[in-house]
Amino acid sequence: MQASETNYKGYLITLLSLLLLWEVASYLISNPALPNPIDVLALMLSRRGLLSHTAMSLLRVIYSLALALSLAFPAGIFSREKIVDTAISPVIYLLYPIPHIVLLPLYILIFGIGDLSRVLLIATILFFQIAVTTRDAAKQVSDYYIYSILSLGASKLDIYRHVIIPAVMPKIMTALRISIGTAIAVLFFAESFATTSGLGYLIIDSWSRADYKMMYAAITTMALLGFILYVIVESIERRVCRWM
Amino acid sequence: MISVKNISKFFEDIKALDGVTFEVERGESCAIIGPSGCGKSTLLLIMAGILEPSEGEVKVDGKTVNSPLRSVALILQDFGLFPWKTVYDNVALGLRLRGVDRKTEKRRVEELLKKFGLLGFERAYPKQLSGGMKQRVAIARAIAIEPQILLMDEPLSSLDALSREEMQNFLLKLWKETGTTMVLVTHSIEEAVFLGKKIVVLTERPGKIKAVVENKEVGDESYRHEEVFFERCKLLRRIIRAT
Repeated sequence: MQASETNYKGYLITLLSLLLLWEVASYLISNPALPNPIDVLALMLSRRGLLSHTAMSLLRVIYSLALALSLAFPAGIFSREKIVDTAISPVIYLLYPIPHIVLLPLYILIFGIGDLSRVLLIATILFFQIAVTTRDAAKQVSDYYIYSILSLGASKLDIYRHVIIPAVMPKIMTALRISIGTAIAVLFFAESFATTSGLGYLIIDSWSRADYKMMYAAITTMALLGFILYVIVESIERRVCRWM
Repeated sequence: MISVKNISKFFEDIKALDGVTFEVERGESCAIIGPSGCGKSTLLLIMAGILEPSEGEVKVDGKTVNSPLRSVALILQDFGLFPWKTVYDNVALGLRLRGVDRKTEKRRVEELLKKFGLLGFERAYPKQLSGGMKQRVAIARAIAIEPQILLMDEPLSSLDALSREEMQNFLLKLWKETGTTMVLVTHSIEEAVFLGKKIVVLTERPGKIKAVVENKEVGDESYRHEEVFFERCKLLRRIIRAT
């Protein structure tokens, strides 16, 4: 779903209502496990450490997205070619339904406990989401568009450049938007284990130290991170798919 | 001259066309008419060199067509324009693919947009245009490459009656001005009689030639109101109905 320009008011009202609800709930329950949102927001603004954890998480997500997209885009697009499709489709169809999240221990064994294994885990999951969507979209491009450009004297490369790629762009942007939600969710999992950086780590760590304010601050930041990335992708989409 | 010789086409087990033979003289206009699903569009794609016939061959000026020819432009009914390209980019596409330099391209496109009443819409996307305007853009793009042969697949079928008549007059004028050989697939009897100097009638699937009707009087907008026109329409209707 795309946000229209006039909808920003709606977002603001929703955000304020959520904060109000949180405030009321924390007042009624009055339990340290549900701190006051104002305290949490104050903590978010004052703690320097939060920023470096956020930067770490952001980098991991961006690397994963870039890696997944740069592999899934060509794999999906060129599935129109029979040779590519014969080679790639069985792999995608056999491996797609597997819950890739269970690969984390394996990745850590192979690629070490550094960032690489975490980025690869997120990228693996995103790869399948983007590749499957792109492949289906590329295959659905009507033959008549192809006939039309062939009659103008197009080469194979021209067909991709002027027809296939622009035609699948809206689907790819949708896949990207969905991927952001997935990426953040997997990020939490990937950072909750054997690392000392990132928002995921911070959530688990402050949880175990019963530092609930910090835990909420980290959760809220993670939510904001997802929201901002979503808004960025959406604005790119509006620019790229102006013709829709 | 286009000569279609004994063309048959199978899609797996289904026979779409069966031994279709006819000729279109240079500079002539030809309408192909027949019931839905009779293979009219397939025939046009074969003539354009995009689909391969299962049997027979198409020759343009004596040469067998086996890939899209530079001298042929094709207009398809719903998929002609690329929705992701602006009016300008759509019209310029054929020139760009042929490696025409930007300056010539700009001059040529602007000239066409002016001629087709599309000035001021260069940066619009197809979905912002009316049906008639979209068709004019599609025709402008085809004309941009200065084709000797213009193949059209029901180019006016999505228009309302009035703009349809306007576009028929427009096509007639274009044909007279440019001397292009035109082949037009249609399912409208009036359109076939108004625009086709030669009318090829196809049977139901598999499409076979049912009749070729000469219609020499074509060439003037007023033809639409003449007695001969109505007689020709009646004749065509009888031929199509006959079993």
